[in-house]
Amino acid sequence: MAIRENFEGDVLKVNELIQELAEMSDSALKKAVESLYQKDVSKAQAIIEEDDKIDQKEMEINEKTILLIAKQQPFAKDLRRLIISLKISSDIERMADHAVNIAKSAIHLGDDHPLSIHSMIAVMAEKAREMSALAIKAFKNEDISLARKLAEMDDEIDEMYGTVVREMLDESASNPQINQYMMQMAFSARFIERYADHITNIGENIFYLVKGETYDLNE
Amino acid sequence: MTTLAKPVVNKQVEKKPMEKNSVFEVTNLNLWYGADQALYDITMNIAENEITAIIGPSGCGKSTFIKTLNRMVEMVPIVKTSGSIKYNEENIFDSGYSVEDLRTKVGMVFQKPNPFPKSIYDNVAYGPRIHGIKKKKDLDIIVEKSLKDAALWEEVKDRLGENAYGLSGGQQQRLCIARCLAIEPDVILMDEPTSALDPISTLKVEELVQNLREKYSIVIVTHNMQQAARISDKTAFFLNGELVEFSDTNHLFSNPDDKRTEDYITGRFG
Repeated sequence: MAIRENFEGDVLKVNELIQELAEMSDSALKKAVESLYQKDVSKAQAIIEEDDKIDQKEMEINEKTILLIAKQQPFAKDLRRLIISLKISSDIERMADHAVNIAKSAIHLGDDHPLSIHSMIAVMAEKAREMSALAIKAFKNEDISLARKLAEMDDEIDEMYGTVVREMLDESASNPQINQYMMQMAFSARFIERYADHITNIGENIFYLVKGETYDLNE
Repeated sequence: MTTLAKPVVNKQVEKKPMEKNSVFEVTNLNLWYGADQALYDITMNIAENEITAIIGPSGCGKSTFIKTLNRMVEMVPIVKTSGSIKYNEENIFDSGYSVEDLRTKVGMVFQKPNPFPKSIYDNVAYGPRIHGIKKKKDLDIIVEKSLKDAALWEEVKDRLGENAYGLSGGQQQRLCIARCLAIEPDVILMDEPTSALDPISTLKVEELVQNLREKYSIVIVTHNMQQAARISDKTAFFLNGELVEFSDTNHLFSNPDDKRTEDYITGRFG
């Protein structure tokens, strides 16, 4: 048996849990945006209820990781790997919270409003989901060139967010009776923008894991 | 290819610290036991008032190395050395260099506590007496000060006349440290000083070692990586008689430069 085989097996299990957590958060974002476009309040409600499972999964990752740190007393890259597991799972849990916030926007707007959802929200969500898949791939393969790409994608999302907010501000000046709608559009765009920021944090953590130094991908 | 972002400078794990004065300057040190070479071309400085930890797997030469610093290694008759070790700017291998003076200034504490079969008082007073201090009053001052510095005084002050063998293992080890301090060394060499102690005694000795740093320069050989990480300022990693890496402890344990160091401290070999 190779030395530290059990430890490496345990670390692998934590990594698998993180991937599962990312899939749950991704599914929450996908469904939240669908509930917004489909004006489906019960779908939005289900996302809020499902969030407990995401919180529990994050807690499970935290407990397993803390136990590994306490029992194995890791050093260097082993220690960094466990520290970033805590940070990445916290980022993913926050991402899921933003999906919940979008679902809440869908509930606020209700199922009988006559307005169509801004098309850029779907584009932003798709880009964020693409980022999330890339981040998990970069995490799995410890690939910093993929992690670097996240910063570029985040810039695109920031730009789209700016566009949505500007358009909504213009619209509210000329059409004040639909303020609630415009606020929910701007909020939803903001939630996706924050969702993407957390993915960039994951990228920074991958840099830290591989290089042992702190990088700022938002520069 | 995508270029990497620039790292944000992390002060805590910066590699090159401000250089302190050196008590030892080891240059191109080689050592042989007969035909077998045990140390290869070691070059490193031991800084004043710092704790330098030496780590590495069994047989890597770490104990040989520290026993060379006070020439105790020469008690093995087949030992040969080359290179130089300057202690306060004088080469300890120079002909005419006084080994007795060196060992007075460079004390040593061993793996197993080795008190003499004498009273606690006499154990500590032994060295000063050899150095000619005879007056009871002077010896009393030295014994009290040494035991206080070794964080043992409060536990033994009312039974100084009792045999040292009646002390616990941890107390015996601190007594050996007090015995070492009584002759006022500059440097204390410690060869796995806590490997025979229970966890609480270990922590007491670690605490003591850290406090001693203010007055002494300390070189400690340890198999306990957490101990090296906890208490030392700099760490040297030895492997097969070579010095693989020597840097700030924070750097070595968080982001070592050499893959062999990383593999050793993360338990991939050794």
